[in-house]
Amino acid sequence: MPTSRITARFDKARTQGRAALVAYIMAGDPDLETSYRNLIALRDNGADIIEIGAPFTDPMADGPSIQRAGQRSLRAGTQLGDVLALAARFRAEDSDTPLILMGYANPVHHMGYTSFAAAAGEAGIDGVITVDLPPEEDHELREALQVRDISVIRLATPTTSDKRLQIVADGASGFVYFVSVTGVTGAGAARPAEIASKIARAREVAGLPVAVGFGVRTGDQAAEMAEIADGVVVGSAFVDHNGEAAVTGDFEAAPKKIGALAKELSEAIAKARRA
Amino acid sequence: MAKPNALSQWPDEKGRFGEFGGRYVAETLMPLVLDLEAEYEAAKQDPAFEAEMQDLWTHYVGRPSPLYLAERLTEHFGGAKLYLKRDELNHTGAHKINNVLGQVLLARRMGKTRIIAETGAGQHGVATATVCARFGLPCTVFMGEADVERQKPNVFRMKLLGAEIVPVSSGTGTLKDAMNEALRDWVTNVENTFYVIGTAAGPHPYPQLVRDFQSIIGREARAQILEREGRLPDALMACIGGGSNAIGLFHPFLEDEDVRLIGVEAAGHGVDSGAHAASLNGGAPGILHGNRTYLLQDEGGQIADAHSISAGLDYPGIGPEHAFLRDTGRAEYLSCTDDDALDAFQLCTRLEGILPALEPAHALARAGKVLREIGEGGIVILNMCGRGDKDVFSVAEALGEAV
Repeated sequence: MPTSRITARFDKARTQGRAALVAYIMAGDPDLETSYRNLIALRDNGADIIEIGAPFTDPMADGPSIQRAGQRSLRAGTQLGDVLALAARFRAEDSDTPLILMGYANPVHHMGYTSFAAAAGEAGIDGVITVDLPPEEDHELREALQVRDISVIRLATPTTSDKRLQIVADGASGFVYFVSVTGVTGAGAARPAEIASKIARAREVAGLPVAVGFGVRTGDQAAEMAEIADGVVVGSAFVDHNGEAAVTGDFEAAPKKIGALAKELSEAIAKARRA
Repeated sequence: MAKPNALSQWPDEKGRFGEFGGRYVAETLMPLVLDLEAEYEAAKQDPAFEAEMQDLWTHYVGRPSPLYLAERLTEHFGGAKLYLKRDELNHTGAHKINNVLGQVLLARRMGKTRIIAETGAGQHGVATATVCARFGLPCTVFMGEADVERQKPNVFRMKLLGAEIVPVSSGTGTLKDAMNEALRDWVTNVENTFYVIGTAAGPHPYPQLVRDFQSIIGREARAQILEREGRLPDALMACIGGGSNAIGLFHPFLEDEDVRLIGVEAAGHGVDSGAHAASLNGGAPGILHGNRTYLLQDEGGQIADAHSISAGLDYPGIGPEHAFLRDTGRAEYLSCTDDDALDAFQLCTRLEGILPALEPAHALARAGKVLREIGEGGIVILNMCGRGDKDVFSVAEALGEAV
């Protein structure tokens, strides 16, 4: 198997002595054209890896920002096939930036795991996170994705014990997504000191890079997390720019603001370990 | 003793009923549901747990609930005899408290100090608020905004009982959104909080433990009908939302192949109308709220809005064991529209002096057909799982009467 885009990107960041910036946006919020421009803005401003959210009517792990983004996307009629088409459009333009599809199980299950894996492979997706498929339930999807060389990104959380970490690690690929707090997306940030040892442990057990997410919004927070993790995930703070645009109606502004935030975050992360 | 691989022996060690059930939760919650499973297994072996349940069922809930021969309904419908299992006479007016007591006792065993619950019609919320008042536990109930509006008496009851009510406006503001919000709270407050799920759905072990706690209904009914009639009934009937009252009645009879098991789903404006809550008759297998089961969903796998005049049935999914019983053919699932349920509500009230909740009114509306099919000499037990006092305002509105 060739080195995956995900591995290559983490390797590159490590060589440069920094963590990778993992940026999340919801596909189709408020429409696919804006999403495409947001993806390009993220790529152009230092996002190393991009997570594309697939909307779901019942996002039980998400806080208000991403819930509302999903509702805006669903109102525009976005379905999983559209999300994959968006990824394919980006992939035609960019052959290096890893794309992670993040969503909930039911739309994927409904499409069928094998069909989904084939379509995701075609679209140039590198990894998949399904929030409500814990290791105990993800084997069917995992097998289908393995055929296409697509990583299954597993989650570790503050409630994941050492024993359980082994279960999470077994079958994980790409990287481990460490959820920094018990809570939903966009909730308050964790204190790095409280999670540093857990992140180190996850890295050791899984033998994979660890990206930390949930609650990271600002350059300062990103820099703190960049000192203890291999990647820093920011989602709600990006999505909020689309939320703001939904109020003002000025979606032209969203890619600019999203690009500016990506720049701020990537610069902060780049400096973090040199401070 | 049941045969190996018998229908009553599910779920398996993965929490599955055939291909349904499972534990589809975020990683943060996995350790919690595994802990709960271990604690439940331990509690089942503990005579003190059983004794405490029994004591509360007897002296607090008022069990056993009577098995009542509905003579005038029987006469009206013509055919088999209709018995009503009177779970509406329980403390708090529905079957919900059977399960809540069990879960709150488990929460106490686990040292949890805060209880959360979701509610649709408010019956599960009231039962949870009640048991929390009894044990001095703080209680937060999540309730869809639309349901807060149509179930005002229950909202006030919960407040009187000391519960905090959180109206949920996210999504469609109904029961499924209340459940999402409860899961969000749980994932945030993992240390001290116990989530009391109101129906036989959710991640394993909930479908199993809710069924087990509700099976008191079926065990009593079985003993009562054997005493009254000297034989088992020809059929059991119950309404289905998530399906906890139905599985509670059905489960002790699963191995009795001659006893028909008939669930009645809410067809709203009709199963073909697009406005209903009949997951088995009008849905497809999918994954929501921790389990794989039949769900109302669109062609992209997005969850569709359910509709029913009964807030307690207004849910786009169904407990996984019912999905299994349907696919194996052991149980039959009919449906009933809002209008037919309203007619049955009035009929039962006039003929028996029993005000049924709109939920069991759905089952009553299909009873005539079943009773005539089985014919004279037959016996049918229908679960009167809740009383209709909570519904008088919505019934009045539906009938165009000012109250």
